[in-house]
Amino acid sequence: MFARGLKRKCVDQEEVEEGALAGFSSIPSYSLQRQSLLDMSLVKLQLCHMLVEPNLCRSVLIANTVRQIQEEMTRDGVGRGTAPQSTGRAPLDRLVSTEILCRTVRGPEAGCPVPDLGDGAIQGPLPELYTVDSAEVPRSPQSSLWEMDSPRENRGSFQKSLDQIFETLEHKNPSSMEDLFSDMDSSYYDLDTMLTGMMSSSKPGLCDGLDSFAAAAPSPGSSCKSDLGELDHVVEILVET
Amino acid sequence: MAVRLAGWNDIQWCFSQVKGAVDDDVAEADIISTVEFNHSGELLATGDKGGRVVIFQQEQENKIQSHSRGEYNVYSTFQSHEPEFDYLKSLEIEEKINKIRWLPQKNAAQFLLSTNDKTIKLWKISERDKRPEGYNLKEEDGRYRDPTTVTTLRVPVFRPMDLMVEASPRRIFANAHTYHINSISINSDYETYLSADDLRINLWHLEITDRSFNIVDIKPANMEELTEVITAAEFHPNSCNTFVYSSSKGTIRLCDMRASALCDRHSKLFEEPEDPSNRSFFSEIISSISDVKFSHSGRYMMTRDYLSVKIWDLNMENRPVETYQVHEYLRSKLCSLYENDCIFDKFECCWNGSDSVVMTGSYNNFFRMFDRNTKRDITLEASRENNKPRTVLKPRKVCASGKRKKDEISVDSLDFNKKILHTAWHPKENIIAVATTNNLYIFQDKVN
Repeated sequence: MFARGLKRKCVDQEEVEEGALAGFSSIPSYSLQRQSLLDMSLVKLQLCHMLVEPNLCRSVLIANTVRQIQEEMTRDGVGRGTAPQSTGRAPLDRLVSTEILCRTVRGPEAGCPVPDLGDGAIQGPLPELYTVDSAEVPRSPQSSLWEMDSPRENRGSFQKSLDQIFETLEHKNPSSMEDLFSDMDSSYYDLDTMLTGMMSSSKPGLCDGLDSFAAAAPSPGSSCKSDLGELDHVVEILVET
Repeated sequence: MAVRLAGWNDIQWCFSQVKGAVDDDVAEADIISTVEFNHSGELLATGDKGGRVVIFQQEQENKIQSHSRGEYNVYSTFQSHEPEFDYLKSLEIEEKINKIRWLPQKNAAQFLLSTNDKTIKLWKISERDKRPEGYNLKEEDGRYRDPTTVTTLRVPVFRPMDLMVEASPRRIFANAHTYHINSISINSDYETYLSADDLRINLWHLEITDRSFNIVDIKPANMEELTEVITAAEFHPNSCNTFVYSSSKGTIRLCDMRASALCDRHSKLFEEPEDPSNRSFFSEIISSISDVKFSHSGRYMMTRDYLSVKIWDLNMENRPVETYQVHEYLRSKLCSLYENDCIFDKFECCWNGSDSVVMTGSYNNFFRMFDRNTKRDITLEASRENNKPRTVLKPRKVCASGKRKKDEISVDSLDFNKKILHTAWHPKENIIAVATTNNLYIFQDKVN
């Protein structure tokens, strides 16, 4: 559905900034700062793996920092779920910076094994929608230590925002194309409005994120091919309305 | 013009010498990685990233020019470690000298231990100022004489020659460390020493190279559970059964080897409770201890973490007795320092001979000294600008924020590439050796 017709144009930079200023203060929010610190740390850890002889002390310190940030994000994530007023912004904070997650959205085949953290509570209804690539590391003695538990955590918060999106579609599992379009009610337009609203007040990078996510969302079903003809028909109907 | 700080009546630090290349283009191999005086202070050893050791010797005091102590001149240079390749792991082993420790002198020769990431070597440095001459069967150049020309018997005699200093490796202690060696420390029994890597500490006998005893092992069964590493270790200067090791979480453990063979259970744990008002995501990183040194007396130990130097009384575990801020103005810059990796810099620290003053390095080629008695501190700079002998060093000051006074330097204009990680203090006199990236500065106090 998102592949044609309802394509959103990439909003002008000015509009983005206007929207940004209207929606946010000019100083990056604490959660944005925290997220960028997390991203920076993950990059540092990945670089560690690429070095010939990673410095173990440095790796341990960075990994501990990552863990701390994630723990705090988990605590905050739980808190945010119950706060109604910022539902528009809360998921946005995470979507804006989780470009990494958005880029690697794909089917249920496993990437590098991610260790179970014991936080099974975060498992959402879409565990196989995306498997984030752990750092594809050349196996060095210390590197086995740093299986990326972070994507799991981020996935948890990403899950929540996804959940909110999909609830508007009144569906729990959009992996089948048919299901996605079976209820053609106003909820689609709500989704679109919501996404457009998010688009105009975010960084341009979000376009890519959501596009790739959208493209991947309906893919896994093997029954897709037979329904393609029907799909085209459905999309045309949507576009015309 | 000398600026005297009140309370520092005794000491005015003056430039004495600088060693190393002048140009700003630093060759990687020339980066100084360790500095150490020997027990008498007559010898000063440096190790560099290229695996070389350079030893300087102090000249005998010149009676005529009594206003300065003897200069340090090159005594011996040798290649201690070469780069190696670990074929099993497909990893190169750096030849960088991580630490040098001198043995006390027992005879005419000098001995030191030098180590890279994996291998420790015992070097003998000896002088030769005589050589045998007048062999019966050999010419002076070594060729054998035609036996038919040998008609008399003569015995070789020693004749003086130009002084030659030879360094030879006497022991090689290898294959005992999976992780990178960060410390070596010679026991007060002068027979054994310890070597510490990120996760283990081994005890060696100086005579035995094919065996070592593991005395500390903090490697978890599952490496994914690893959250803490060993950062430094040292033997107590007087008690041959006692040693300490510091960790990346800011703790120091004191162990007694009489208690058990494997000293995984500490006798004492030194840890300061965290200040909740200063808590940030970087709290753990900046609490990581980069160096630990016992005082000469053995009563105290000093630890260096990213922002401060702490003095601990061995009898009190719950907090240090003294804390000195090295560069507190960096606390608000921790995120940037994390980004450029400076937050992981490992600064060392040292005591003066009487344990009354401690010294450590900082950025912008600054180094700091703290007088424990007067509670005064001073910041000095190692720079070629003040390189006339006996020029008194001018104290420096960093302006943390707001109005910058004349001669002050603002935090934002500090050069974080110019870091002083290694400093050493002569065991008996007020002579200090300060290593910038590739230069070694020697300063002395002004002798009137």
